[in-house]
Amino acid sequence: MPALTPKLGLRLLGLGLLTVLLQVSAISQVTIAGTNADLTPLVVMSVGLLCGSVLGAVFGFVAGLFVDMALLQTLGLSSLVYIVCGYGAGRIRELRDPQAGVTPLAVGAIATGVATIGFSLMNFLLGVDAPVSFLLLREIVTTILVNTLIAMPLYALVRRWLLPVLPDDPRRRRRRAYTTGGLSPLSRA
Amino acid sequence: MYDKTVRRRRAVLALLVASSLILLTAYFGESTSGGLHSVQRGVLQVVSPVQEGASRALKPFRDFFGWAGDTISAKGKVNSLTKERNQLYKDLVNERGATAENVRLQHLLDLDGSGLAAYKPITARVIGSSPTLWYATIVIDKGSSAGLRVDMPVIAADENSGALVGRVTNVTGDAAQVTLITDHTVAVPARVVADPHNNKPPRNTAQSPTGDVQTEVGQPNDLILQYTTRNDDIRPGDSIVSAGLCSSRVQGIYPPDLPIGKVTAVQDPGTDAQKVHVHPLVNMRRIQFVQVLSKRVNGNKPSTCLR
Repeated sequence: MPALTPKLGLRLLGLGLLTVLLQVSAISQVTIAGTNADLTPLVVMSVGLLCGSVLGAVFGFVAGLFVDMALLQTLGLSSLVYIVCGYGAGRIRELRDPQAGVTPLAVGAIATGVATIGFSLMNFLLGVDAPVSFLLLREIVTTILVNTLIAMPLYALVRRWLLPVLPDDPRRRRRRAYTTGGLSPLSRA
Repeated sequence: MYDKTVRRRRAVLALLVASSLILLTAYFGESTSGGLHSVQRGVLQVVSPVQEGASRALKPFRDFFGWAGDTISAKGKVNSLTKERNQLYKDLVNERGATAENVRLQHLLDLDGSGLAAYKPITARVIGSSPTLWYATIVIDKGSSAGLRVDMPVIAADENSGALVGRVTNVTGDAAQVTLITDHTVAVPARVVADPHNNKPPRNTAQSPTGDVQTEVGQPNDLILQYTTRNDDIRPGDSIVSAGLCSSRVQGIYPPDLPIGKVTAVQDPGTDAQKVHVHPLVNMRRIQFVQVLSKRVNGNKPSTCLR
């Protein structure tokens, strides 16, 4: 698990601010299949996958706080939901260390599902005066699908942004050693 | 070492969850003038210029996606719109005669024909909107410095028509939050204006049933007119307008006769449980500019109460 260095902290802060700004000012107003993409759970998931559960949860908390502040929503609601997304993604990395290229896609879909369903549950718990349509489920499914489509490129962007300040990944180091002419541990033996 | 890491991880998680719950509870427990609400407004005050800049910079991006979506949906609408256009041409000829007569009568009665100008509308640009399915809110670039106050009604127009879209729910110096009528916390007193072309079987078109327009969570393009009775003859095509409020004690938020939407279907008609589906006239996800009605006229009472 990478430690929170000042450089990493600054990059994460910038990433959080940029994500919320982009989401609120542009993405929310672009309708795809009757709904809109939600970048925040995907970015939180990416940070969880890259930085681990603790930083994922902290980033989720801060990103949720930004969203609630920028939109004057119930404070703490988004934070609670995104903590689960960030922590969950981080735990997947720590426990399974998934190598497959489609990991961000699957984890992105799960994170969006957790965020949208969690948000709905929280709103139910807080009390809803209006009738609730079953079509809410359709909207949730559409949002998950749309987010799944953009999960991979978004993960790649977040990775590119954070990579210079992340501690060197042992897998990456090993790969670089082979490609730059270094000997494989097997051939040395 | 491992135990220490696990303990630290769990402690951080517990701390974050506890912080969220404390924030949530405190926010719910305090009034709108409370500390957390003030902090939130302060942050919006600081962020709104950045948000406005970002909104303007990202407009081409939004427009591109909007254009692509419009092109796809327009292809499917061509036939039905052609029929509707032909019908509207016929109506227009009749309406022009009526309009000319109406203008003459208005001059005779010395009425203000400017309509909404009496409400002193303030035009504002949308600089942000909520991404969640649960909150239908937008942020606009005008605030208390432009004369905006909480509970002012907001209207907007898209490429098709203009209508009531919500009310101001939070104001800072240079920005304000508008809660749209598609938010689950909003209910608008409304009345039905019968469609004169839909008179088979005949009905009393002067009858104007009333109810509350509210959203159904999960269906932002389908509002519900609630609290109608079995005697209310409401049909698809009827228009829904705001009703105003006839009360000497309470002032209504919404002025009367602002268009809201059109009736698309009535479930279980002729029963007390009839469910009237209303399609909002304005596409709430595509609003770019709004007008905030900054002045109340006659306490927002309908003309029938003033007699």
